[in-house]
Amino acid sequence: MMNSVFSNKTAITIFVLPTLLIFCAIVLVPIFVSSYYSLLDWNGVGKGAYIGFHNYVELFTDSRALNSMKNSLLFAAASIFIQLPLSLLLALILASNVKGEGFYRTVYFIPVLISTVVIAQLWSKIYNADYGLLNTLLENVGLSHLAQDWLGQKKTALIASFIPTLWQYIGYHMLLMYAGAKSISQDIFEAAKIDGASRVRTAFLITIPLMKPVLKVCLVFSVIGAFKVFDLIYVLTGGGPFFTTEVPSTLMYTTIFDTYRYGYGSAISVFIILECLVVTLIINKFIKTE
Amino acid sequence: MSTAEMALPKKTMPIGTILLQAFLILIAITQIYPLIWLAFFSLKDNSEIFSGDVANLPKQFLWSNYAKALSEGHVLTYFFNSVFVTAVSIILVLILSSMTGYAITRMNWKLSGLTLTIILLGMMVPIHAALLPLFMVLKNLGLLNSYWSLIIPYVAFGIPMAVFILGSFFRGVPRELEEAAVIDGCGIYRTFFSIILPLVRPAISTVAIFTFLSCWNELMFAVTFINKESMQTLTVGMMSMVGTYITQWGIIGAGLMITTIPTIIIYLLLNKQVQRSMIAGAVKG
Repeated sequence: MMNSVFSNKTAITIFVLPTLLIFCAIVLVPIFVSSYYSLLDWNGVGKGAYIGFHNYVELFTDSRALNSMKNSLLFAAASIFIQLPLSLLLALILASNVKGEGFYRTVYFIPVLISTVVIAQLWSKIYNADYGLLNTLLENVGLSHLAQDWLGQKKTALIASFIPTLWQYIGYHMLLMYAGAKSISQDIFEAAKIDGASRVRTAFLITIPLMKPVLKVCLVFSVIGAFKVFDLIYVLTGGGPFFTTEVPSTLMYTTIFDTYRYGYGSAISVFIILECLVVTLIINKFIKTE
Repeated sequence: MSTAEMALPKKTMPIGTILLQAFLILIAITQIYPLIWLAFFSLKDNSEIFSGDVANLPKQFLWSNYAKALSEGHVLTYFFNSVFVTAVSIILVLILSSMTGYAITRMNWKLSGLTLTIILLGMMVPIHAALLPLFMVLKNLGLLNSYWSLIIPYVAFGIPMAVFILGSFFRGVPRELEEAAVIDGCGIYRTFFSIILPLVRPAISTVAIFTFLSCWNELMFAVTFINKESMQTLTVGMMSMVGTYITQWGIIGAGLMITTIPTIIIYLLLNKQVQRSMIAGAVKG
């Protein structure tokens, strides 16, 4: 009886088929369609002309495209070397049972939940050259010579557009790392304490190594997040000034919807899929867990 | 006490504790102050904002900014659109993923493993990959500027994570419960809907929260597939509103606050659950 109920072919079809159809049609098939489009010279009207890998050659020789890749790598580097260490520090402190643990965890996480569009608008007001919060604060503490048009100038625009993302996701990585630290068995810390290990030593020699699985997840998320970043740049700077803050996804978007180069835009989207896939594989291969 | 009380053996030096608390408070202020500032300027008029006095409390609270944002700025329309698209997406994701997750983890069929692998692969696909192909299909079907043009992709891209989370909860349900149900004469549908589903309520709320956040905040599809103002969701609507009220920060601020408040309220009410759902979303295989 059990077997016949749980091998009910009709039920399985009803349970699985609709999901599988919608998933394949919307998520899987478009990858192949994009790959095909990427081989075309096509403006979206009529039929495109097949041009082989020409779009990809252009992608790796065009200085604007290369610059966008460089920016997303800088984005990833900033996440890895600034955001993740700060998140780790906060996670370790909060996991060590400080006063107000729950309060801080709740507050740090709030920016994660806010729409990136809102965050971009908010930070564009913070950076506003004339009336923005940042310049006003600088003037109030007597540093008015530092006040400037943060998003409008080539030399500051890129850094100024990193900061909101770093700010937004610190709480997210902190939460994941915190959960990782909390899941470590307490006996290990008892032993360390008996051996007289200091706080910092315990963190570096015991807590962090045992948090490797969650640190790996954070690493993958932050790198992929940097490669995919779109909303923030699109709303904050649109890639400007003079392409200084452009990233592959905004380049893809303008290539498709502003200059109608559907083939080239698709090549960029295939590039984004591949780099996300490759970086995940590399991190999984080089950082072994278990 | 909690397991990691000893994560960092605690010193009882008061100066260390004070410094640590000062550091934590500083970070808390950094994380929260921009939003407080937003709340302030959403209640001010231009002259007050532009007088250079941006950091202070409003002299008088201009609630009219909110009224203007809601009526003239169409925020009410955007809000309704977002609520509708998000709600339908959540319901569909829950129905589809729970059925599929159940069939994959608890029923016997040859291709269940392969199906799971294919669906979970979807977690690695960035939505960028689907943007242009979906745009072409929706355009040719005349579905641009409809709610379905957002709901269908949101559901499809929400499925992998949902199947993953629900599937791992179904795995934890004891076999005996199903056996008892079947012996009592339940068919597969009743076993699933009236015995199993109520048991995985925490997973359902996790998936609902997760789907809420990603649909409510999504921009790329929303900006591409919808250009009719009456159909725009909050994220896209906010962008056009900023264009309209470019110099009236107070009204823009009010719009941004209206977009943000529902999320913050949900978070403050369901704080633990939201955090758990974000963790669940990260800890895959």
